[in-house]
Amino acid sequence: MINKLVVENLKHRPVRTLLSAVAIGVQVTMILTLVGVSRGMLNDQKQRSRGVGADIIVRPPGSAAIGLTGNFNEKILPFLQKQPHVAEATGILVAPTGPLTSITGLDFPAFQKMSGNFRFLQGGPVRNGDEVVVDEYYANEHKLKPGSTLHIFNRDWRVTGVFEQGKLARIVTPLKVLQSITANTGKLSAIYVKLDDPALTDQVIQQLKKNGLEDYQVISMEALLSQMSVNNIPVLKAFIGVVITLGVIVGFLVVFLSMYTAVLERTREIGILKALGASPGFVLAILLRETTVLAVIGTLIGIGFSYVTKWLITTLVPGSLMQAIVPDWWPIAGAIALAGSLLGAFYPGMKAARQDAIEALAYD
Amino acid sequence: MIDSPIISVRGLRKVYRTGDVDVNALRGVDLDVQPGEFVAVAGPSGSGKSTLFHILGGLTPPTSGSVSIAGNDLLAMTDRDRTRLRQKTVGFVFQKYNLLPTLSARDNIEIARYISGVSGPLDGEFEQMLALLGIASRINHKPRALSGGEQQRVAIARALVNHPAILLADEPTGNLDTENSNAVLGLLRDLNERLKQTILMITHNPEAAAYGHRVIRMRDGQIEK
Repeated sequence: MINKLVVENLKHRPVRTLLSAVAIGVQVTMILTLVGVSRGMLNDQKQRSRGVGADIIVRPPGSAAIGLTGNFNEKILPFLQKQPHVAEATGILVAPTGPLTSITGLDFPAFQKMSGNFRFLQGGPVRNGDEVVVDEYYANEHKLKPGSTLHIFNRDWRVTGVFEQGKLARIVTPLKVLQSITANTGKLSAIYVKLDDPALTDQVIQQLKKNGLEDYQVISMEALLSQMSVNNIPVLKAFIGVVITLGVIVGFLVVFLSMYTAVLERTREIGILKALGASPGFVLAILLRETTVLAVIGTLIGIGFSYVTKWLITTLVPGSLMQAIVPDWWPIAGAIALAGSLLGAFYPGMKAARQDAIEALAYD
Repeated sequence: MIDSPIISVRGLRKVYRTGDVDVNALRGVDLDVQPGEFVAVAGPSGSGKSTLFHILGGLTPPTSGSVSIAGNDLLAMTDRDRTRLRQKTVGFVFQKYNLLPTLSARDNIEIARYISGVSGPLDGEFEQMLALLGIASRINHKPRALSGGEQQRVAIARALVNHPAILLADEPTGNLDTENSNAVLGLLRDLNERLKQTILMITHNPEAAAYGHRVIRMRDGQIEK
């Protein structure tokens, strides 16, 4: 019976119920989108890093867990190539082209040898200086094909081929060309190393650190991939924390206002329930149940909206952000929404529970 | 043999504080109501009728005096005890019907049972009472689809669903036309006669008061001798 009353109360004010649920849903969407984008970007980078086929990555000192920022001298490449158990070593240069996009310079033959199957779906490799190849994802999002033109660094680049995605980068040009254009001649962002026996990875890393690379970040690809999680990126983790806090505050305010209005509007009904013998706990339970229903509906709306944001991101900013759908966060986002909502309902609920029955019955 | 009173009030006083001013709403009321009695309480506005009604219904505690309702000492009761009194011992009928607008007539009645701790559908005996009250065919409608008279009859059914010892009716015909007033008053008298239901009814209307076995008149917080 109490559930019937809760449902009827929510149905009685459908617009308010819907708006409250949507507002809670927006809060859930904020969380799911942020986590989804973080994970989508990291997963994408993981997949592309895995596609390199290397066992070890060497990066400049002090570089971040993700992103290939900072450059170093390419002279260590021949040094690395001579080290025991090193089968292949190839350097890359990454130059940002926008807040979320970059172009990568590769030594194509060396990279092809290391990663094995750098397969072209359309067209073929770069032959001249002003040419690039793009991966399938980027080509689809930007509607590129061999012969298309890309405008990067104030110059036009002809697309010669579209390669299967999952190979380190989205836009690739020869290393020497990128070094020259970006005034980074002789500089690299990272060196990928493939060993003759992957089981010796840790041993080789120790050797490299002993033999002159002690200041460099020399880590296994396995370790790099495991670092690619939200928890290992303090800024992102903090940002997610801020968004979750904002979500709780938004949920709190929305439900507070909604329930406060509901309590004022239903003052007389609360008086009726009390006259019938409803305890303060019964009155509070009605409002908390209503809030729980709102939070559940809001969570479902938020989950639905997260698919919409994914579509919007793919449509409006193609080839940049990647949003993953994160079902494991659905209950977490729902719990956060519920917590914020229950906090918001608590004061109006207590006000209702403490309502004087006689005053409430006299309320018009 | 005379039964012991179901309502026994001695020296009842109630003082409200409004801002910095104490308002003496009841100034020493003495009253006995026997089981099965139908008592009308009449008097002008501000005479203390509603305050007496609220105290007898456990909606507000008395300031002093003694009040016994079906053997329960109201002065010794906690808030929780008074809540239980409203669930089990006293049923209310209000001038403005006070049905929950979001629930159907049936649900309005059933929620009163639910609050008192009884669940499940209404029993056959009560269904007969709904027929007696003339609302059996309207029981699944929401209050907005019912006339004033129908709403008040639903309110009476709701007040009686837990078989309370006392039915307190506050101006039950105050919002009704003459025809519906007579119907509701007739029903109250019928319930009193058939079920021996004790009824205390506040009214301004002398014709309505005449339906009771006796009329108590209040003025300035006291019962007129």
